[in-house]
Amino acid sequence: MTKIVVDPITRIEGHLRIEAEVAGGRVTDAWSSSTMFRGIETILKGRDPRDAWYVTQRFCGVCTTVHSIASIRAVENALKIAIPSNAELIRNIIIGIQNVQDHVIHFYHLHALDWVDITSGLTADPAKTAALAASISDWPLNSPTYFKEVQDKVKAFVAKGRLGPFANAYWGHPAYKLPPEANLMATAHYLEALEWQKDVIKIHAILGSKNPHPQTFLVGGMAIPIDPDSQNALNADKLAEIKRLLTKAGEFVEKVYIPDLLAVASFYKEWAGIGGGVGNFLSFGEFPQQGGGQPWLPAGVVLNRDLGKALPVDHRKVTEYVDHSWYEYSGGAGKGLHPWEGESEGKYSGPKPPFQHLDTSGKYSWVKAPRYEDQPMEVGPLARLLVAYAAGHKPVQDAVNGVLGKLSVGPEALFSTLGRTAARGIDCLLIAREMPKWNDQLMDNIGKGDYAIHNGEKWDPDRWPAEASGYGMHEAPRGALGHWIRIRDQKILNYQAVVPSTWNASPRDAKGVRGPYEAALIGTPLADPGKPLEILRIIHSFDPCLACAVHLLDARGNETLKVAVR
Amino acid sequence: MGKRSDEETADGAEQLLDLPRLLAERGVSRRDFMKFCTAVSAALALPATFVPRVAQALDDIKRPTLVWLEFQDCAADTEALLRAANPTVAEIVLDILSVDYHETIMAAAGHQAEEALAKVVKEQKGKYIAVVEGSIPLRDGGVYCCVAGRTALDTARQVCGNAMATVAVGTCASFGGLPAAAPNPTGAVGIKEAVPGATVINLPGCPLNADNLTATIVHFLVFGKLPAVDSHGRPLFAYGKRIHDNCERRPHFDAGQYVEQWGDEAHRKGHCLYHMGCKGPETYHNCPTQRYNEKTSWPVGAGHGCVGCSEPQFWDAMAPFYRRLPQVPGFGIESTADKIGLGLAVTTAVAFGVHGIASAFRHGDKSEGAQEDTDR
Repeated sequence: MTKIVVDPITRIEGHLRIEAEVAGGRVTDAWSSSTMFRGIETILKGRDPRDAWYVTQRFCGVCTTVHSIASIRAVENALKIAIPSNAELIRNIIIGIQNVQDHVIHFYHLHALDWVDITSGLTADPAKTAALAASISDWPLNSPTYFKEVQDKVKAFVAKGRLGPFANAYWGHPAYKLPPEANLMATAHYLEALEWQKDVIKIHAILGSKNPHPQTFLVGGMAIPIDPDSQNALNADKLAEIKRLLTKAGEFVEKVYIPDLLAVASFYKEWAGIGGGVGNFLSFGEFPQQGGGQPWLPAGVVLNRDLGKALPVDHRKVTEYVDHSWYEYSGGAGKGLHPWEGESEGKYSGPKPPFQHLDTSGKYSWVKAPRYEDQPMEVGPLARLLVAYAAGHKPVQDAVNGVLGKLSVGPEALFSTLGRTAARGIDCLLIAREMPKWNDQLMDNIGKGDYAIHNGEKWDPDRWPAEASGYGMHEAPRGALGHWIRIRDQKILNYQAVVPSTWNASPRDAKGVRGPYEAALIGTPLADPGKPLEILRIIHSFDPCLACAVHLLDARGNETLKVAVR
Repeated sequence: MGKRSDEETADGAEQLLDLPRLLAERGVSRRDFMKFCTAVSAALALPATFVPRVAQALDDIKRPTLVWLEFQDCAADTEALLRAANPTVAEIVLDILSVDYHETIMAAAGHQAEEALAKVVKEQKGKYIAVVEGSIPLRDGGVYCCVAGRTALDTARQVCGNAMATVAVGTCASFGGLPAAAPNPTGAVGIKEAVPGATVINLPGCPLNADNLTATIVHFLVFGKLPAVDSHGRPLFAYGKRIHDNCERRPHFDAGQYVEQWGDEAHRKGHCLYHMGCKGPETYHNCPTQRYNEKTSWPVGAGHGCVGCSEPQFWDAMAPFYRRLPQVPGFGIESTADKIGLGLAVTTAVAFGVHGIASAFRHGDKSEGAQEDTDR
């Protein structure tokens, strides 16, 4: 038996380390650790709750809107503020394009190189590549000339002898299965997606000044004014530009991303049986509908892979354990705390750096172990779709069944690496199709003379109660996100975020139950433990985003490892 | 420093860079390239006569290596790079820089990734550019940020200490940023404080404007030195003027036309956001002219005040973000300006302009009464 370490896990946001035991060519046990910590929730204490969205936005610069959304929802929930219809629609568009852009970037720029061997594409026949592309999509760029140009560019790059970010990778690894033509097609679209993503996200700049980190959110609404008769507000010109960009976003998803996803997946069907995980799924639901009621994608819990029913979500059932995380609770070990009662006594007890291995029998991560009714939960696009599927959401059922049919696999294939990666594509497609409706509804409102973007009744903190508690739920691209806030005397008393990668990257809990990454790695075959490509495939299928997954720290800290610096 | 074609490089096999040919191979026309040079020259505030010089210098440049380190970061500066304006050519110029290490984009992982970094430090000592994103925790031996079992401080000392120059991208790498906000739980600092011996230029902003990164690197390659900086290590071409002085809404400030509520008529008509907490009068950054996402917009342009994100310690000094900058009614203009200067002593050295204060008193606050002037 050997113990392998993959640190850093690259092509993710944040700092993630995987340690795994390997015997007989398979992973027999695994530990997920986050090795970076900032203490932002401690920094939030005592601040103006209206500023919290701007602070929490910096949890993550990749999913750059999600913590702003969860934060303003938490404060609005605490202070019982209803926001105008226009603000809700603008938020929906911002959330929607964040999801769509993020999923495409994940597929091409963070995940694809686990499946696509760029160097193999150098030997592809451009004409055959064009024929392959034409067989799956009528995307206008698909031509022998185009693929020849891309191939020549890559050849010229390789000929320089310095591969830059593509150096030292697992090229030629036996687990790569795509023919050269498919590799070349995917490489071309890797480059195209790089151009596309910076264009479509201009929707954030139009509505919110810039991306990353749009500066536009307000407790009570949004900061972009609406006035068709002003050049300094959201007007017909800007709405038309948003519409154009939404169309551009949707076309790429329909004609490039989804066809590529299906084509690549068809060569890796064995991955429908690898990387299953914990089998429990949580979604907080997303996209408030006009007129209230249930969100467009429902909230719910699916337990033990039972798609027969989606259980209702109750935020009070969320707790966090720290038995294997570098924190201590005042009430002692072995208990989970609800975020409103969340504690932040950080205590690093890992090895003194530089180190080779963590003490995985003890505490080994800055990520806490969140549990729902004491069960580990997987969150993300797969969870979102499975909950909707189980709840009888027709568009989701049709889309999921359609993809399963095209790949000739059954529903059990969903609980896997491939299922997770395919679900992200379906999620992206469904949202891309829904977004223009929100833009149309916004135009309808404006046409009727409704320009409201903010409810200012409680903007002034003097109108707040002395104490208030609230929570804000959101389905981020990476899944269920919750912020919990307690306000006292107009200031933040306590602030806790339980984020998607906290759920998925969770270490073991008090009972030793593994988190989703850890569980998903068990049994994975490794062709070459020195080049653990298969581990990257599974971990990347969750789309890790670690900076935000890490929690608080006691400001007093642990002084035992003090060394002279500077 | 390995930048000019007439110098030797450590790597004898390295071909001299023929930029026009390289660009042609990547489908970039000479015309596009000249457009890029014009844009960079404009960002650097160079006169038009410099455009041929920029182009000539870039033509001559060999392919220096760039390594991008992420510490206590959120990857927003990396994301900003992906959205860079003049993207086609900018990406290529960055690509031409041979980005040998960047965790978020690189194909290799684990020890293969670390090998790539070690190779650069060993083989190109003193010849590569380091970019740092995120702060560096010093408390408790640096345990709050470890990559591959090494602390951020350990890696930074080695990589930045041996670099030709280090570019701090974003406010965290420049000044400690959010992790360093009170009570700074992890003892976070910027790269210059962590590695005092390194040659560092700061490009703060939350995140930075990637146009400023491109311009800084081009400046370095073209002129063989880093651009002139202010007392906070920020290049003057990007941080030499206050937002307030270049703001498109400045006439409304001077005329005493202020937004008083989100969504009111003044907000819809693009009036001044000063009363909503805008920190433009205390912030040095080229946002109003350079803007973001290929010049689509910027915070004030989209209706939200500036929060001062390019200033040191803005997380504490500028918060609460919706409170207007301090004013004291009933005093003389000079006295007020002095008080504001004192109140912001930790941020910028230059206080709120006397002209601005005079206008504010003349047109706005005085007529609206003292109640309007209370700070909350």
